[in-house]
Amino acid sequence: METIDLTRPDTAFIREVEKESGQTVSKCYQCGNCSAGCPMSFAYDIPVSRMMRLVQAGQKEAVLSAKSLWMCATCETCTQRCPNNIDVAKVMDVCRHMARREGKGGVYAVKTFWDAFMQSVGMNGKVHEIGLMVMYMLRTGRVFTDVDLAPKALPKGKMSILPHRAKGRKEVADILRRFHEGAADEQKVQARLAAAEQAGKQAATQEGGRS
Amino acid sequence: MRIGVFICHCGSNIGGTVDCKSVAEESYAFPDVVFSTDTMYACSEPGQQGIIDAIKEHNLSGVVVASCTPRMHEPTFRRAVERAGLNRYMFEMANIREHVSWIGKNKDANTNKAAELVRMAVSKLRLNRDLHSKSFPVTKRVLVIGGGVAGIQAALDCADAGLDVVLVEREPSIGGKMSKLDKTFPTVDCSSCILGPRMVDVAQHPNITLYAAAEVESVSGYVGNFEVTVRKKATYVDWDKCTGCGLCTEKCPSKKSFDRFNEGVGPTTAIIIPFPQAIPKKASITRDACRQFTKGKCGVCAKICPTGAINYEQQDELVSMKVGGIVAATGYDLMDWTVYEEYGAGRYPDVITSLQYERLLSASGPTGGHVKRPSDGKEPKNVVFIQCVGSRDVSIGRPYCSGFCCMYTAKQAILTKDHIPDSQSFVFYMDIRSPGKGYDEFTRRVQEEYGAQYIRGRVSLIYPKGDKLIVRGVDTLMGGQQVDVEADLVVLAVGGEATQGSPQLAEKLRISYDSYGFFMEGHPKLKPVETNTAGVFLAGSCQGLKDIPSSVAQGSAAAAKAIGLLSKDMLASDPQIAQVDMKRCVGCGKCIQVCPFKAIKEVDVRGQIKAEVIETVCQGCGLCNATCPQGAVQLSHFTDNQILAEVEALCRF
Repeated sequence: METIDLTRPDTAFIREVEKESGQTVSKCYQCGNCSAGCPMSFAYDIPVSRMMRLVQAGQKEAVLSAKSLWMCATCETCTQRCPNNIDVAKVMDVCRHMARREGKGGVYAVKTFWDAFMQSVGMNGKVHEIGLMVMYMLRTGRVFTDVDLAPKALPKGKMSILPHRAKGRKEVADILRRFHEGAADEQKVQARLAAAEQAGKQAATQEGGRS
Repeated sequence: MRIGVFICHCGSNIGGTVDCKSVAEESYAFPDVVFSTDTMYACSEPGQQGIIDAIKEHNLSGVVVASCTPRMHEPTFRRAVERAGLNRYMFEMANIREHVSWIGKNKDANTNKAAELVRMAVSKLRLNRDLHSKSFPVTKRVLVIGGGVAGIQAALDCADAGLDVVLVEREPSIGGKMSKLDKTFPTVDCSSCILGPRMVDVAQHPNITLYAAAEVESVSGYVGNFEVTVRKKATYVDWDKCTGCGLCTEKCPSKKSFDRFNEGVGPTTAIIIPFPQAIPKKASITRDACRQFTKGKCGVCAKICPTGAINYEQQDELVSMKVGGIVAATGYDLMDWTVYEEYGAGRYPDVITSLQYERLLSASGPTGGHVKRPSDGKEPKNVVFIQCVGSRDVSIGRPYCSGFCCMYTAKQAILTKDHIPDSQSFVFYMDIRSPGKGYDEFTRRVQEEYGAQYIRGRVSLIYPKGDKLIVRGVDTLMGGQQVDVEADLVVLAVGGEATQGSPQLAEKLRISYDSYGFFMEGHPKLKPVETNTAGVFLAGSCQGLKDIPSSVAQGSAAAAKAIGLLSKDMLASDPQIAQVDMKRCVGCGKCIQVCPFKAIKEVDVRGQIKAEVIETVCQGCGLCNATCPQGAVQLSHFTDNQILAEVEALCRF
């Protein structure tokens, strides 16, 4: 096992996770209750309590390359169990977004499923299950995933061949487009956040000046 | 008046952010100041000698020391000026540490504020008068509230020192939590064998009056002379006649009463003697369970009692007494663990508390010392212990460590092996906290000699599977590995909380308590058993959770303080009390209404009603002074003129 140099933890990373999640990761005392309750732990490469420790230690690379980020079902049992009131699921969520922004592929099948889901929502304003499955199957080559459910779901009208389109689908598509434009370019996001902050500050100073 | 001013550097505590030298120089400009200097440590031996020498050399009649909070060193400096021949009240203290140097970084502003505070102190000192204490007799009797091991120790120590002791216990027997324990760590000696003789000592000591099944109703008065009323709760048994033969408990037809002493492990009768070693060994009736009270007819115990002690008509009785000092030793309760849904919230009978497990282990318990699990009475083979249940858990508002659970869990794991040799114990823990003498060795022994499996991690879920319970936890030392243990019995190491009614008792005793209901000691290091109310002392877990050795030590410490207090025949009263100017008093009685200590009474002076302060009762709070419309009541050492002089010194621009 390689020695990890803890002399200079990535404090910028810790701060970023704390800011985006609104959680104080130093509150974690490593009781492990999040891992104990995690129903997805069997599929994790790094159990969630260790993920929390890695965030505490500022081990950005290890956190953002973890498979666990992508296997998390966001069931929030970890959050529910945490004796220190840390929203652990939120921390995982924030790290997952950071991994995406940093261009980490994650687990291909999971990432592809989510992309297909969002694409379906973008096209129809809400998800079209069969369209989603087709997109997912074509891209991953997993053509038999869950097809055994189809005979049960189809007669109950749970899945329709043609998509039901939502009323405001154009607006939904716009939201997603703007998000993607921003998310594709990390710097743009940062710039926009900075601009918004600046504008807020200016407004505050103006208000302060008036009063 | 000739005033001397001493500005203390307190090393760099004050000197770091206040220019003490220039404050001293500036002080020369204040009225009546004839001498001023700065000193490195005013409280040190040479510092105090410097003050004494200056008083003699410059013929000073008053002294101002600008240093730290008066809470610590005001008595020090008062003694110093007294040694130099001045009255101890010709001294004022300006707090330029807590109020200046520790809270501000700007040296100029700090120096300025320090000088202002010195100016205020000088202005007040100019109006100070010599004050003299009066002495009053003390009542050489101590009230000990709570008959657990800490209270027993305090009571015995006080009684052995020759003081009268009144011991008040809420339950029908003394003994407290310790009497419920089977064995004690780290020696695994029998709890009732070591506590029992001490309980008997309490019963037989000629100086101790025991009121069991009683509670403190009210407390008034002051150090040396408290007036206490105790409510003796109705037990429906005349304890003067009851011999403790136990015939009634055998014949009682109501057999489904909740057994408080045995923590609800198995039912008991409506009339009970809590346990074989109970002191006093007297029966008492649980009203809610008794058929005579619930159905209106039964009377079996009254018929069977050979001494005719049963009295269904008995009422609560109030007893009043005078005591000189009070020791509060009210102990703790286990917190209500059923807030934990993941442990079943009380749904599974085989998930029990540590104290219930003690009763299962105890030979005097409901199972006669045979460990049988509550659901089916089978002997468990796999016993899982879960630590930190209700301790160190911010999410349920209990961030504190209960302190004793690590050790008693280790002890229970050892006892499990002793009782059931083919059993296996599993302990889920977060950290093992074992700082006492022989404690860490004990937690090693349970793992090395008794083979208990210690698993570092919390438990997230308990669910039933057949007649077993599956405990789903984590082993963080395996890197966060989820682990399952098939348990026959789960024992929760439930943390402690301040005992029920603690805040109410604290208010009766006029002592402070923290946000969890634990009583506040006078100083976390230097006054561990005193409170901020003179004459009231603390012992045991009511001050903060602690184990038996610490509780006993604190019981003795509190007794030592009470003995020290009452070793004097007379106590000196504080002369900083209210005084009434008879000429100005119009007898409106407003001061009598506001006085929280009932220290002012009406007197008839030549046909006119006037107020009069009872000097030994007055605590010098100043409420009457602020209330009096005539300015007739003045608090000595804090008169209106003195306060106004300070205000004027501050607002002179």
